[in-house]
Amino acid sequence: MGDGGSAPLHRHEGAPMRIRLEKRPQPSRRWLYLSPLLAVLVTMLAGGALFAALGKNPVEAIATIFWEPLFGEFAFYYRPQLLVKGAPLVLIAIGLSLGFRAGVWNIGAEGQYIIGALAGAGVGLAFYPLDAWFVFPLMVIAGALGGLAWGMIPGLLRVRFGTNEILVSLMLVYVAEKLLAAMALGPMKNPEGMGFPGSRNLQQYPSAHNADLIADTGMHWGAVAALIAVIFAYILLGRHVLGYHIRLTGQAPRAARFAGVDPARLVLFCLGVSGALAGLAGMFEVSGPAGQVSIDFNVGYGFTAIIVAFLGRLHPFGIALAGLLMALTYIGGEIAQSNLGLPAAAIQMFQGMLLFFLLAVDLLTNYRLRLLPRPETA
Amino acid sequence: MTAPLLAISGLTKAYPGVVANDSVSLDIAGGEVHALLGENGAGKSTLVKMIYGLVKPDSGTMTLHGAPFVPGEPRAARAAGVAMVFQHFSLFDALSVAENIALGMESPPPLRDLSRRIRDVSETYGLPLDPHRIVGDLSAGERQRVEILRCLLQNPRLLIMDEPTSVLTPQEVAILFQTLRKLAAEGVSILYISHKLEEIRTLCDRATILRQGRNVATCNPRETTAREMAEMMVGTTLDVTARPARAPGATALDITGLSLASPNRFGTALKNLHFTLAEGEILGIGGVAGNGQDELLAALSGELRSAPGAIRLKGRPVGALGPAARRRLGLLTAPEERLGHAAAPDMSLTENALMTGAEREGLMARGFISWAAAQDFAARIISRFDVRTPGPDTAARALSGGNLQKFVIGREVLQRPEVLIVNQPTWGVDAAAAVAIRQALLDLAADGAAILCISQDLDELMEIADRFGALNEGRLSDIRPTHALSLQEIGLMMGGAHGMEVAHA
Repeated sequence: MGDGGSAPLHRHEGAPMRIRLEKRPQPSRRWLYLSPLLAVLVTMLAGGALFAALGKNPVEAIATIFWEPLFGEFAFYYRPQLLVKGAPLVLIAIGLSLGFRAGVWNIGAEGQYIIGALAGAGVGLAFYPLDAWFVFPLMVIAGALGGLAWGMIPGLLRVRFGTNEILVSLMLVYVAEKLLAAMALGPMKNPEGMGFPGSRNLQQYPSAHNADLIADTGMHWGAVAALIAVIFAYILLGRHVLGYHIRLTGQAPRAARFAGVDPARLVLFCLGVSGALAGLAGMFEVSGPAGQVSIDFNVGYGFTAIIVAFLGRLHPFGIALAGLLMALTYIGGEIAQSNLGLPAAAIQMFQGMLLFFLLAVDLLTNYRLRLLPRPETA
Repeated sequence: MTAPLLAISGLTKAYPGVVANDSVSLDIAGGEVHALLGENGAGKSTLVKMIYGLVKPDSGTMTLHGAPFVPGEPRAARAAGVAMVFQHFSLFDALSVAENIALGMESPPPLRDLSRRIRDVSETYGLPLDPHRIVGDLSAGERQRVEILRCLLQNPRLLIMDEPTSVLTPQEVAILFQTLRKLAAEGVSILYISHKLEEIRTLCDRATILRQGRNVATCNPRETTAREMAEMMVGTTLDVTARPARAPGATALDITGLSLASPNRFGTALKNLHFTLAEGEILGIGGVAGNGQDELLAALSGELRSAPGAIRLKGRPVGALGPAARRRLGLLTAPEERLGHAAAPDMSLTENALMTGAEREGLMARGFISWAAAQDFAARIISRFDVRTPGPDTAARALSGGNLQKFVIGREVLQRPEVLIVNQPTWGVDAAAAVAIRQALLDLAADGAAILCISQDLDELMEIADRFGALNEGRLSDIRPTHALSLQEIGLMMGGAHGMEVAHA
């Protein structure tokens, strides 16, 4: 039992000051925007220390990650990559953010991404080698439906049997990975591939190819879809009653039920939309940058998107920026790996730190730190 | 009078923006029952928290038994002989009485010895309690006994009680008072916090009255009228709610055989409820907390569904409809819990106004919200119900309880309900705001709305309700006109002393 929601952080005997967390009467608007920036800064410092401990020059490593892809010698090559890597992250994170705001925790976007890719590629491969305008739109629809169906499994199980969607959606990722391997080695294997695993390359099938809309910019349909998703989510959350109900459910579930929100329908909506968007991302990836269904098709966008969603404060515009930032660390990380010999695990840790520090700094939105002189009596 | 047990002098505690206690002084003699009176926000809880070691005073001194008393934490206060029974119990539903008590002790004896001591002490003080019963199965009155016994096992010299009777039936109150008098006769001092003035007049030797953090008066409650004490608390003369005479209209709400299991494990199922509510009428439902009030509100709001015909609104079966559909038909509700149920704490008042007003107030078109209209509606509630807040953009959690309650009630009243269900409309609200809320309900009924008021404040129900019924373990008593009821009868309708009459026999 404390006095009014404040808790002493440390009680060091003899310390002249102590730090206290005081709950703000209102969430701070300033810290809402400042905390992601602070998190990036702290990540740079801690990441620098990590790289220094690995025997690398920390300034050079950080510069390689953040500077090289944008303004370095080979920036002309890396800049389009920013869109290629950022688009799926943003597309998936937008879907996840709707659920996260409502307290629906879809952790399995990676699986929905794989199934969307399989469904989309499956339709494309089925029409091969037909040259028709409708092949690509059908693939888009199939990709969305595939992701949606995979997302509905944890949704229906939660609504019907009260299962935990975190566990179910996560486990379905591994199921999807097995399915991906089976497809790459079995039904979708390229009959002219001389026995190698993997499907036909969709980049060489014009009707199914998700090509750059403007050559060498990385601006493919996935980036367009991500942009539409950002705008759609912004309007939904800010102006539409459904978005209001999503926010209400996340903040005060009991109040939402009182307001008349049907929790089951909301769960299905959130898992359905996030699944469909993840499925779309997978479909655009398989028909574009990746080109084919292969065993190692998925590279973790579905998981990284969770970081992107939170880094972007679950706000659509924030997510767009966070997606690009995350893409930057991906690309910069690869450059650092090849140029400086940093281990891949160090780069992943660096990305993980970003989420870690963001969640920590997040405290400042709702609490303020106060330095108090220690009272004489203890 | 003998030398005081506890002497408080010049105690001051300031929080950012508010001085909760401004140089408060009072003495409590050994064996005295001392009342601490004041409106919400007058500084009562800050004062007792300082005595109990939960809050440190900025300045001022306390002496206990003539020695300086500076409790750094509740453990120190307990060691010095100060014990406290809180208004909200801190008990674990799934554990037994003895286990709950052991959890609060520094070095609990073996459970068997503890059980024996619990039995001994409970019999000595007329508080029968089986140490092996599961707390989740106990009535509110029995839970309070667990808290009191927990204190008595420490052999306290000063017992602080915070609003102990708000969860008790009149009969249970009588039993509690006998126990407290017995303790006082043995020399234990009691600091008794309440806003029920008649109780204080029967129980207490002296009363200290706080207003805005200062002690403004000390009186002998036996020689002071309740009205005089109330006016000392408020600082002005009090308005009395005006109640226009009216004839009951057609039946607005008809409940027939409403039975419903509670969604909570330790909740109360509703058992075969029958009643009608007429236009222009206020029906009061009393009862001790936890006897089905929350479930009744949820069944009427649509959060819990029932058989369609169990609830009829103007003849139309609505039992299977959800909250939004019922609202559309004119059945509006205001739940007891303001933060998290009636309002979303982190959302602005504008967003909270939208919560139930979206459709009836035309705050959205084809699913798209008009924030300007919502803000306008919030501003209307704020001005009509005198909600003290910087504006509609303020988060609900930043409002004081009373102001948020005015907002929540105002939000429903301004939507011109045909039937309005309110649960604890003035709980935790200061006297002036309570008068305003009750008046708003009376005015609404005068305009022809049917109102069901669920409340644990019997005085409130006697003041505004035309008819009265009580919930007891999920069953509803007969419904009787309020003007013909005595306190004794009401107590029996509420379930008497819940099988505890033997205590002082």
